[in-house]
Amino acid sequence: MKEILSVENLKVSFPTDDGLVRAVDDVSFTLNEGETVAIVGESGSGKTVTSLSIMDLHNRRAAQVSGSIKIRDGANTVEVVSASPEETRSLRGRVVSMIFQDPMSSLHPYYKISNQLCESYLVHHPRQKKAALDKAISMLDLVGIPQPDKRVHDYPHQFSGGMRQRVMIAMALMNDPKVLIADEPTTALDVTVQAQILTLLGDLQKQFNMGIVLITHDLGVVAQVSDRVNVMYAGKIVESGPVDDIFYKPLAPYTLGLLNSIPRAGDKKMGRLSAIAGQPPSMINLPKGCSFAPRCEFKEKVSGGRCLSEMPDLTGISSEHRSRCHVDEKERQKLFPTLAVK
Amino acid sequence: MVLFALRRLGFSIFTLLVVSFAVYVIFAILPFDPAALTCGQKCNDIVVEANRIRLGYDKPLLVQYWLFLSGIFFGRSYGVGQAAFVCPAPSLGYSFNENACVTDLLKTTLPITVTLAVGALIMWMVVGVTLGVIAAKFRGRTPDTASSVFVLLGTSLPTFVTGLVLLIWVSIKWKIVPLTLTGYVSFLDNPFGAFKYFLLPWITLAIAYAALYTRFTRAAVLETMSEDYVRTARAKGLDERKILFKHTLRAVFAPIVTLAGLDFAGLIGGAIITETIFNLPGLGRLTLRSVYEFDLSVVVATTILAAGVVIVMNLLVDMFYAVLDPRVRVQ
Repeated sequence: MKEILSVENLKVSFPTDDGLVRAVDDVSFTLNEGETVAIVGESGSGKTVTSLSIMDLHNRRAAQVSGSIKIRDGANTVEVVSASPEETRSLRGRVVSMIFQDPMSSLHPYYKISNQLCESYLVHHPRQKKAALDKAISMLDLVGIPQPDKRVHDYPHQFSGGMRQRVMIAMALMNDPKVLIADEPTTALDVTVQAQILTLLGDLQKQFNMGIVLITHDLGVVAQVSDRVNVMYAGKIVESGPVDDIFYKPLAPYTLGLLNSIPRAGDKKMGRLSAIAGQPPSMINLPKGCSFAPRCEFKEKVSGGRCLSEMPDLTGISSEHRSRCHVDEKERQKLFPTLAVK
Repeated sequence: MVLFALRRLGFSIFTLLVVSFAVYVIFAILPFDPAALTCGQKCNDIVVEANRIRLGYDKPLLVQYWLFLSGIFFGRSYGVGQAAFVCPAPSLGYSFNENACVTDLLKTTLPITVTLAVGALIMWMVVGVTLGVIAAKFRGRTPDTASSVFVLLGTSLPTFVTGLVLLIWVSIKWKIVPLTLTGYVSFLDNPFGAFKYFLLPWITLAIAYAALYTRFTRAAVLETMSEDYVRTARAKGLDERKILFKHTLRAVFAPIVTLAGLDFAGLIGGAIITETIFNLPGLGRLTLRSVYEFDLSVVVATTILAAGVVIVMNLLVDMFYAVLDPRVRVQ
């Protein structure tokens, strides 16, 4: 499997009047062809900021981006962080595409689907109008829109929510990109439609051998489709590993909390939903130490108050599965499975 | 669509009837005698009574109103014998103060006001929208600051100040543009002469409105630029020019056109200050004079005209909206 995207030590911060907001701090992960990597976290954890950095969609005057984002474009590799706006613009929609949370507001309400689909193609294939329309119709067919040759001339408001997301997917795939960033692709959809869209994405991934970066807060979606998972908290990756490890052998206290707060049907013992106590920290002037420490129930297990004074590194006994925590990893391996709500 | 248009038309006519009747009632309850105003100081009761009968002021209010309405379709004749005169259809009444049929008065004044309003509209749309877009694009930087200075000046300076300043400096001191006191030149007869004639009044009106439109456009562009579909356009790899002109401005256009339609309609009824400063014999000045002199027939006519323009512009804006926004289109 070839690596098509690698993010290393990515830092994104936004200067504001109240101080520097470190939205993403030292994030690293890689993506191979045909693979799905999930980035999981709550609102404000930096997952969308990470994805927008890969697309170079931040306002360059407002965001300070450092680190490295390498995207393979055919035989070349482009360093997005230091590339010119023109270079990254030529990658967008062609090598890296993105689909968004709300398919209604993400499609332009005034233009026909044909116009918007063809536009994606024409940016990177100037003046090939006939080819663009043919491609648009075949893509709509591929994503499962009935009568694509007729529906292509409709406006976005004439489609249902699930169909609109299919149109968005068709639009993102107009140029057969190698990387697809799916930012909460199913959050705005009904549960039944969610499953259809996820299945569709999986099928298209096989067909085009695409790498997918799946941004979501929905662990159910993660379990269903991803190969590897990065759990983010307060701008940092707190745990990273293969999907089964994350779900069955979590090592970060935050991941454990997340897993335990999933409601399960038929569980009569559990009265209230268990939630992680406290609030996520303000991203301005984050406290020293582990950003999860104020909410962590294990911080007493570490001597000398290290949790409140020192940020743990992302380490692990296995190189595949790593986490940030001062508690001894062997102890966590024994302790956490007993605490997991079954 | 046809049904929609018919319903709108019916409602428009009803509105015009209500407006015109309201003006009639207001004038009827005012404590003065319209017949007495038809002759000067050397007046006697016999002439007043004769004029009262001649103009129909002796009849009950509802009958007067009916005569007015029928005059619009069939014309109207006043008096009998040698002193009789006729205002052919569409007649909106007769002004004794001007010794003319009201329709003829409107025919001479309306083109002037329309020329004034159209020219100013073009000017303020070009300037206001351009500045607004630039300000939004360079948000928080020098061009934005400069445009907000313009907005502040334009909105805080009343037209009688900008108008007089332009008149004194540009026309009188620097003699760049001739004084407009010297008779009106029609655009149809002499486009260049008319251009010079209308230039300062246009600028005066345009400054005030352009400032408002700059602020409005800036806010609308900024709001649209944060829309999800603009982010989608950027994610496709479109260049900034196409994102601005195709995706952003298209959405900004609809509210601006709405505002422009209503402001234009407002100007037809009341560019009174600008017309007065530059001595333009337009509709605004006619309205002002007729109100001063209790010239009922002219007041009713200009009120109906202004209301009519507002109604028509509203209708046009609604139809234009349907053209712009596919979601509004009736299936």
